[in-house]
Amino acid sequence: MELALFVIFGAVAVASAIMVIVSRNAVVSALFLILTFFCLAGLYVLLNAQFIAALQIIVYAGAIMVLFVFVVMLLRTGKEARRGYRLIFQKSMGIIFVVLFLLLLGSITLTVAVTGMRGPYTAEAVRHIGNTQAFASVLFTDYLYPFEIISVLLLAGIIGAVVLAKRKR
Amino acid sequence: MSPFWIDLIIILIKVIVVMGALLGGVMMMAIVERRGAGFLQERLGPNRVGPWGFFQPIADGIKLFFKEEFIPAQAHKLLYLAAPAFFVFIAFATFAVIPFGDKLELFGRTIQLQIADVNIGILYIFAFASLGVYGIVIAGWASNNKFSLMGGLRSAAQMISYEVALGLSIIGILMVVHSLRLNDIIVAQTHYWGYLPRWNIFVQPLGFLIFLIATFAEVNRIPFDLCEAEQELVVGYQVEYGSMKFVMYYMGEYVNLVTFSALIVVLFFGGWHIPWIEGLAIHPLLLALLQVGAFVVKVFAFLWFFVWVRWTFPRFRYDQLMRFGWLVLLPLAIFNIFATGVVMVLIP
Repeated sequence: MELALFVIFGAVAVASAIMVIVSRNAVVSALFLILTFFCLAGLYVLLNAQFIAALQIIVYAGAIMVLFVFVVMLLRTGKEARRGYRLIFQKSMGIIFVVLFLLLLGSITLTVAVTGMRGPYTAEAVRHIGNTQAFASVLFTDYLYPFEIISVLLLAGIIGAVVLAKRKR
Repeated sequence: MSPFWIDLIIILIKVIVVMGALLGGVMMMAIVERRGAGFLQERLGPNRVGPWGFFQPIADGIKLFFKEEFIPAQAHKLLYLAAPAFFVFIAFATFAVIPFGDKLELFGRTIQLQIADVNIGILYIFAFASLGVYGIVIAGWASNNKFSLMGGLRSAAQMISYEVALGLSIIGILMVVHSLRLNDIIVAQTHYWGYLPRWNIFVQPLGFLIFLIATFAEVNRIPFDLCEAEQELVVGYQVEYGSMKFVMYYMGEYVNLVTFSALIVVLFFGGWHIPWIEGLAIHPLLLALLQVGAFVVKVFAFLWFFVWVRWTFPRFRYDQLMRFGWLVLLPLAIFNIFATGVVMVLIP
């Protein structure tokens, strides 16, 4: 049952991720990205991390992507908007970065995921503790300083947005 | 039969009963809304079909069912057809975690009166409610109509703005209850302060007010139905939808209304809890049924409240809506969290 769900969610996530870059229509691309996020949330649920799954949907699919779709819908996405751009530089850089990313991913998979140490929070352990509690106890003890620093970064982002919005008047 | 099959059948029965109750609620609301409008405006309203006009929704349904199926020529066909289905699906799926009663002891089995007892129930509801906006936004874009698009865009901006206040307004409750499970939130409300039931409306009055106001924006009702706004946008995202596709939006909106009424009852009015009933000697089975009845009565009270507000208040202007959301509701919600924290530290 769980294996079947994993295969379904994983396959749909990969297929829709490919569709994000293949699709010719920006709005359709954005909608496929939402489907990808939804499938990732499904994978989190299979790992007993319902809290992360809910956050994935609330924050990414439900808030950030709404703004993405909002902006993309206001753009001209017809054929005339794309004509005349070959994007050779961007495409070549893209290929280079994909290769580098795959190398990084492969090396991490080989060194850490296959042979490395297992952490204390396996799916079974998380089910036992309760996933919200497990998440909170790690976030507010071991990773407290990164958490606080990120919140300062977000505050800077909020202030920047307010300044930009105020300048027009 | 093995326990697995019995459990499966019990779950299926619960799903069918809840779906039936929701659809029945939608039909009830379709007539209560219009008769309620008549009552509040001192006129009759539709009263011809059946007793008190009660079969009017059925007549409307049959009429809309036989209307011509229509797709605009320049529309994105797949998304145009998928959007209403998605909207209705999300509306029904959101209700899955709402507990409509306590445990039911039947033939030596304990049946939880709730379809899915998720341990992050409240987050599940917010996750699905935040996805519901795509049904509106996609409809607005796929119809290829400028009024539709404006309605969809307004809806997106409004949802984002008010979901922030909606989410923050319940953090006070979560701080008091220490759980995200909806059943735990109800059980925490079954205690008393003297004779006063310890419902969250008395624990978190400010949180309740913010949640209630943000709910109107979340379900697109007057005074916050800016994405429909007949005078400016015709009916916004629904302009190009007819026949059963229109019915799907109609249905989805009322299901959302029922879900959020139920959520208000669960979070702030004790859910299925009947106050002062603990001392009485009532058969457990009867008590469980009475509690389901109490839940339904409370939900109906809020559904009527939504109708009452709709025919009483005018619509906000769009800039007023945004200003109110960000500059009034959001700071109040943050203040509520802060005040709750201070009180919890001072009174352990």
